[in-house]
Amino acid sequence: MATFSTNEFRSGMKLMLDGEPCSIIENEFVKPGKGQAFNRVKIRKLISGKVLEKTFKSGETVEAADVMDVELAYLYNDGEFWHFMNNDTFEQLAADEKAIGDNEKWLVEQDVCTLTLWNGSPISVTPPNFVELEVTETDPGLKGDTAGTGGKPATLSTGAVVRVPLFIQIGEVIKVDTRSAEYVSRVK
Amino acid sequence: MNTLLPPNWRPTASREALIARANMLTTIRQFFAEREVLEVDTPAMSQASVTDIHLQPFVTHLVAPGQTPELPLFLSTSPEFHMKRLLCADVGAIYQLSKAFRNEELGRFHNSEFTMLEWYRPDFDHRDLMAEISQLMQLVLACDGCDSMSYQQAFIDYLGIDPLTASVAELQQVAPASCQELAARETNKDTLLQLLFSIVIEPQIGQLRPIFVFGFPASQAALAQLNDDDPRIADRFELYFKGIELANGFRELQDGSEQRRRFEQDCAWRAAQGLPIPPIDDRFLAALDAGLPACAGVALGIDRLLMLKLGVSDISEVIAFPVDRA
Repeated sequence: MATFSTNEFRSGMKLMLDGEPCSIIENEFVKPGKGQAFNRVKIRKLISGKVLEKTFKSGETVEAADVMDVELAYLYNDGEFWHFMNNDTFEQLAADEKAIGDNEKWLVEQDVCTLTLWNGSPISVTPPNFVELEVTETDPGLKGDTAGTGGKPATLSTGAVVRVPLFIQIGEVIKVDTRSAEYVSRVK
Repeated sequence: MNTLLPPNWRPTASREALIARANMLTTIRQFFAEREVLEVDTPAMSQASVTDIHLQPFVTHLVAPGQTPELPLFLSTSPEFHMKRLLCADVGAIYQLSKAFRNEELGRFHNSEFTMLEWYRPDFDHRDLMAEISQLMQLVLACDGCDSMSYQQAFIDYLGIDPLTASVAELQQVAPASCQELAARETNKDTLLQLLFSIVIEPQIGQLRPIFVFGFPASQAALAQLNDDDPRIADRFELYFKGIELANGFRELQDGSEQRRRFEQDCAWRAAQGLPIPPIDDRFLAALDAGLPACAGVALGIDRLLMLKLGVSDISEVIAFPVDRA
């Protein structure tokens, strides 16, 4: 069993806490001039997404979590699982609904996503920061409006709904920032 | 190291911070000159070191003609023992601005070497010294004085528990969620008190003005005398401001045999934990046996004081080259 000492703690390190893989967000060394040193750590639980604080005695060791990130291309959804492929080795992996979470609406075939694996199985899927999707539904825009004032909702081919400028029409492809769900530009 | 980029040679502190540091040191030297406290300079390397179970000194070796085997030398974790030897030699009120070196301490408020202001006042007790520190704080930080609160009161106010009478089990129960597991497996009462103080109390006290916390438990007396009226506490105080521990002071222990007993207790604990056991400082103990004048003393972290003055959140912003760029 691999372990980390508190001296090795740094942000991004993956630990096992309460049976769940966690990632260190912040690590603060706390030591009174006369007295025991502690590490006050802010962590994110990777499955539940919960953020919490935990304090360790400096020098303690904590079990490492076998967590790694891999870049895989999205292939298809078979109704139950979402399938991804390593473009170099052609190895495939399936992620379940829990790992996909809210991100289904950003999955575009052939787009390379980051899959976080715990003991080899996907626990979360992060889409690319930007995706290009076709507008399938939106109110007709006002003629001549090119400044994009105000905006309107548009439904995209994956079901995602984003606010777009008034000039965007059904059938156009737009670029969206998946982190904020905001329209970026029109794709020509 | 990235071979494509030259190593980063630049200081981490701004020129403004370096000027503020120089000005602060001038102010401090003036403060002591006006009070006729003598500036002294004691060794950074010592043949003996502290036994304090929570301090890990750096060790180097003296290689010199006639010196076989090589002599281990310990980098000073504080100038306390040497300065007290000067007091025992009747040098009178003294202060020192020097580097202290502590291994295994690194973080937002810690650099492995840091600047310490330490001073001793014969015929002062801890209350007199707290009053003088408060004057220095007003001068340097432009605050309108310092508050004070007993260690016992701090625990009662912030945790609803009396630290002097509470059992280990009671202390474990008041630990906040982030420390519950750690507290549950910790059986040392002082460690639990330090955990609760560091995690719960320290971040909350002294937010508007610096605050002295005095009357630490006798088990954490370090080099302080026990209180004359209540032997459960020591005449030891600490100064906190905005969540930062700034200073630690004592009405100094004068009894050489009691000091030896505390050192030996530390060494026994170190042996039990498998930690290195530094040689006990016999010169210091001999000086105490010769007689330390009744006095109070304090050590204050200069880098942290500057952080507070400049309102910065990382010690690297007030040090030209912290250890990772040294």
